[in-house]
Amino acid sequence: MSESPTMATIPGAAHEAGTDQGTTPVRPGRARRPRPIRYASWWWTLPAVLIIVTMHYVSVGVGGFFSFTNYKGFGSFKLVGLDNFVKVFTDPVARGAVGNTLLLALGFVVLVNLFGFGFALALNRQLKSRHFLRGLLFMPVVLSPLAVSFVWKFIFQYDGPLNGFLSALGLGDLQKAWLGDPATAIWTILLVLVWQHIGITMVIYLAGLANVPQELEEAASMDGAPLLKRFQHVVLPLMRGAVVIATTLSLIRGLSVFDQVLALTAGGPFNATETLATQVWRQTFVNSNFGYGSAIALVLTIVIAVLALAQMGLMRSREDHGK
Amino acid sequence: MLRYTRKTLVREIIVIAIALAMLIPFYFLIVMAFKPDSEVITTSPYAPAQAATAGAFAEAWGAEGNKSLAMGMLNSIIITGGSVVMLVAIGSITAYSISRMPGRPGRLLRILVLIAMILPFQLGMVPVYVAMRNLHLLGTYPGMIILYTGLFMPLAVFLYSGFAESIPRDYEEAANIDGASKFQSFVRVVFPLLGPATGTVAIMCGLIIWNDFFSPLIFLSGSNIPTLPVVVYSTVGELASRWNVIFAAVIISMIPILVYYLVAQKKFIQGFSGGLKS
Repeated sequence: MSESPTMATIPGAAHEAGTDQGTTPVRPGRARRPRPIRYASWWWTLPAVLIIVTMHYVSVGVGGFFSFTNYKGFGSFKLVGLDNFVKVFTDPVARGAVGNTLLLALGFVVLVNLFGFGFALALNRQLKSRHFLRGLLFMPVVLSPLAVSFVWKFIFQYDGPLNGFLSALGLGDLQKAWLGDPATAIWTILLVLVWQHIGITMVIYLAGLANVPQELEEAASMDGAPLLKRFQHVVLPLMRGAVVIATTLSLIRGLSVFDQVLALTAGGPFNATETLATQVWRQTFVNSNFGYGSAIALVLTIVIAVLALAQMGLMRSREDHGK
Repeated sequence: MLRYTRKTLVREIIVIAIALAMLIPFYFLIVMAFKPDSEVITTSPYAPAQAATAGAFAEAWGAEGNKSLAMGMLNSIIITGGSVVMLVAIGSITAYSISRMPGRPGRLLRILVLIAMILPFQLGMVPVYVAMRNLHLLGTYPGMIILYTGLFMPLAVFLYSGFAESIPRDYEEAANIDGASKFQSFVRVVFPLLGPATGTVAIMCGLIIWNDFFSPLIFLSGSNIPTLPVVVYSTVGELASRWNVIFAAVIISMIPILVYYLVAQKKFIQGFSGGLKS
């Protein structure tokens, strides 16, 4: 655990860790125990430790406690056992939010990594415009998710560009109020989410591809290895670290989607696009149900922790398998 | 085999076409923002404005109170700037101290940071909100800066850590021999060597904080210091389907970060990939 997957798998980092081990003994000599730390003082870490412990550990603990109460944000409260959790799994809106969150996260991880990897491969070498295109494709990443979602909201309007495009193609039958139809609204959110994050995923994969020596690929291609085999046996094994980072980051991002929902549909129509994050906000800060909101947040926390760990474990075991 | 052939040219054209298709939303954004009110509903969104006007921009920029974009920008600059300064100052010295800490305490601190980085914030946010309310920090600059400093401290320490460990101890030893105190050798020698990591922390954390909407929506709601995303959100909420003004406001809100991106594009991309490597 002390060694993150990032460090373990990306050669650049391994190199740095290597130089580090060259200058310090891995196991500081037990024999010379009283030797003082000469370089820094332990108490220099106190401000950070204090704020991290308060805001990440104590607050999560207290939040967990809230989720077993009927706290309204003010005044006194009492313990209500598992009532809040029973409500999460019986209330149709909350159940819908769980489903939507999982759908969005899964769709997001698959699509954004496919497109990101695709663009990274396309823009890795050779193309003359690659630097320019990388810069262009990365641009949406730096913009506010809320602001770009409003642009997409316009595109999905009934009299908006998407329907205009369809009718110009003679596909007028397909026109609909994309954001107003419970069947399509969730997919518009997925599309906007994927669209904005292709650039960052591409950059992660490009960093990974930079570790694949060109000579290795050339050698493989001279040996007559077809493109797909070359990819599978030469490129992919060297990209495991990038794959772990990109999929983990996108999974966490997908599970906590909020801005896009609020801008595009505000959770509607008929709660069809509520996610766990929007429900946490709505129940806690709009409806002032701090206890119930905390319970939803606890469910979200557990979902994120379980899925992220499961996925990292999966990637790790596959890696060991490969060796 | 990897030379530029005619096939490569075809591939290049295809990739350019796809990339341009992906940027179409920006076309609508610009075209609509220059339309006068009379053309917003009546003309096709694909058609450029017949009587292009900057009226929508003037209206969006002229909004007052909680919809003032200028004020939102100022608030965002103060809050993002303050938070980044704190993250750099505390994050660098912490990562450095951890990297020089032998044995179990160092290992424990690394795990503490790593777990905090993965733990989602939504659950902790409710008690933090209650605490800030009791301390009268809701809707204040210090409150937001403390919030972001705490929120992104694990990320900042993590980003600095890989780099701090790779700095050879020779430099500090030399400073030590020259009579520098531990703190002096950190400020004068180690911190400058951490420069690239400082860039990564400033860009990554700065960008996330600048664009964050979730926390200011909660911690600054009803206050008189809304950040840019909150200003945009309330602007759009009131304008219904006046897309020209909405888009003018959206464009204005994007300008600071876009200018920064165009000036320091390489740094952004390196910052992100570099941060992920270390």
